[in-house]
Amino acid sequence: MSLHTLTIHQLREKLRRGNVSAREATQSLLDRIQSVDGKLKAYLWLDAEDALAQADAIDRSGIAKNGKLLGGVPVAIKDVINVEGQPCTCASKILKGHTSVYDAFVVQRLREAGAILLGRTNMDEFAMGSSTENSSWGITHNPWDLERIPGGSSGGSAAAVAADEAFAALGSDTGGSIRQPASLCGCVGFKPTYGRVSRYGLVAFASSLDQVGPFTKDVADGALMLRVLAGHDPHDTTSVPQPVPDYTAGLGKGVKGLRIGLPKEYFIDGMDREVEAAVRAAIKKLQDLGAEIVEISLPHTDYAVAVYYLIATAEASANLARFDGVRYGARVTGEDVIDMYGKTRGAGFGPEVKRRIILGTYALSAGYHDAYYVRAQKVRTLIRQDFEKAFERCDVIVTPTSPEVAFRIGEKTDDPLKMYLCDIFTISVNLAGICGVSLPCGFTNDPRLPIGLQVLGKPFGEETVLGVAHAYEQATEWHKARPNL
Amino acid sequence: MRKPVARRYDTFLNMANDTNQFDVGYVAHLARLHLSDSEKQKISAQLKDTLAYVAKLNELDVSKVEPTAHATPLANVLRRDEVRPSIDRATILKNAPEQARDLFIVPKIVE
Repeated sequence: MSLHTLTIHQLREKLRRGNVSAREATQSLLDRIQSVDGKLKAYLWLDAEDALAQADAIDRSGIAKNGKLLGGVPVAIKDVINVEGQPCTCASKILKGHTSVYDAFVVQRLREAGAILLGRTNMDEFAMGSSTENSSWGITHNPWDLERIPGGSSGGSAAAVAADEAFAALGSDTGGSIRQPASLCGCVGFKPTYGRVSRYGLVAFASSLDQVGPFTKDVADGALMLRVLAGHDPHDTTSVPQPVPDYTAGLGKGVKGLRIGLPKEYFIDGMDREVEAAVRAAIKKLQDLGAEIVEISLPHTDYAVAVYYLIATAEASANLARFDGVRYGARVTGEDVIDMYGKTRGAGFGPEVKRRIILGTYALSAGYHDAYYVRAQKVRTLIRQDFEKAFERCDVIVTPTSPEVAFRIGEKTDDPLKMYLCDIFTISVNLAGICGVSLPCGFTNDPRLPIGLQVLGKPFGEETVLGVAHAYEQATEWHKARPNL
Repeated sequence: MRKPVARRYDTFLNMANDTNQFDVGYVAHLARLHLSDSEKQKISAQLKDTLAYVAKLNELDVSKVEPTAHATPLANVLRRDEVRPSIDRATILKNAPEQARDLFIVPKIVE
């Protein structure tokens, strides 16, 4: 019996009973990583001694045996979230050698819950991308087919959880960066409502869209992680002081009588046929379980990608101004301070980040601000209103997470626009600020690649979303499938 | 030598709405981002496509729509202006590319 294959709730049971120690749980992951991460490259950094020392401290303190939610459970962290004393590079050369000097709020929460901070996972540089190919430190491979991408931007976290290299991992989701890789790797990825989880200590990409969330092997673990991560933080003024329900206690209520909305705009031409078939079958399953299916419309869906790429790049161009070679990271010297900024940033940022800084700066510049940025913000209002109207008629919305399964490494690297369209089903959620989850709902035939189902909820409707996802999961076997590595 | 900013800005406005002449060099200067000539060419071509794509937002009449800046239900979040402990100077300076006497060192800014 190998510990690394367990879910958190299975592992916690063993830890609580004292059948397993935090050290053994940690060692099982280290062994697993040792044997498969050479092929996957999900991790960027890992300090085995440090992880085992954290585990020993937890074993000594007795935390693993008490009621702490994550006592003795190792968790992997996307390289965009600060863990004091560990490197944080956002997979960018501009932060090479940077060591975090403080814990992000979510990391404080993990520590308080008794988790072990295992290591740093790969990502697209500054979370900009849908394939993890934009990492400055190399490509992460999809555990189901090593010649394919794991999705992005949190590709390392998704691959690590799917391959049993972590019991859970943190990611960040600005336009789908948790849900899309979860879909492509066959695990559960949850994007909370904007304001539900503090962004303090998450390196900012697009501040009005970013949200931290968990990758897990099943929905119950997702609920458990969310319970740990959610809550008000005075350090993030956009975090909402609303009580956090016990998400795990809400599971198991079923879907009887719930109204599930199907947006007609999300079942489009050009979608992979097997993806569509799997999602339709999942909807039928939910109907069989007692849910009512309601056809809805989100009429401005077609504009979401355009809105997103103006707003996200505009915010990114402002947020990334801080990487100037003065306070942290690499520096390239210049003839004066302006020249130093330009050279440092020119040498430190990769192609996609540069492209987005240019687009965002352009969208915010004098003469173009109203035509691009403000117009995009207005269409964002229309997209939010679409969801508000839709949720008058249904309790959750169900869609495919991605129009396609994992594509081949290199397939879309030369065509940014094609890459941006990968996020067509996930982006609106961030613009509207609502919550959503991706969970496994089937596989393509040949090659065998995971397909994801997306369940979306109202603002602060996490309990309902988790309930629907859990009911579907319990009625199917997809979440138990594991890649052969 | 860099071109004077004022002149570049005129050129920039003259190509208003003509994304075919997107002046990537000027935007890169605004962003304090050094790009090589081949990077400029590539980004310019790719952004032409992206800008053509986002032009679809012009199809919508948004004259009566308020912009959305963020999705949080909160407004005007205030706190007391209190002195509180923060990360100490020595810790923060550990990541500095160049530092001395408790300060970040940068090239001379004022002559």
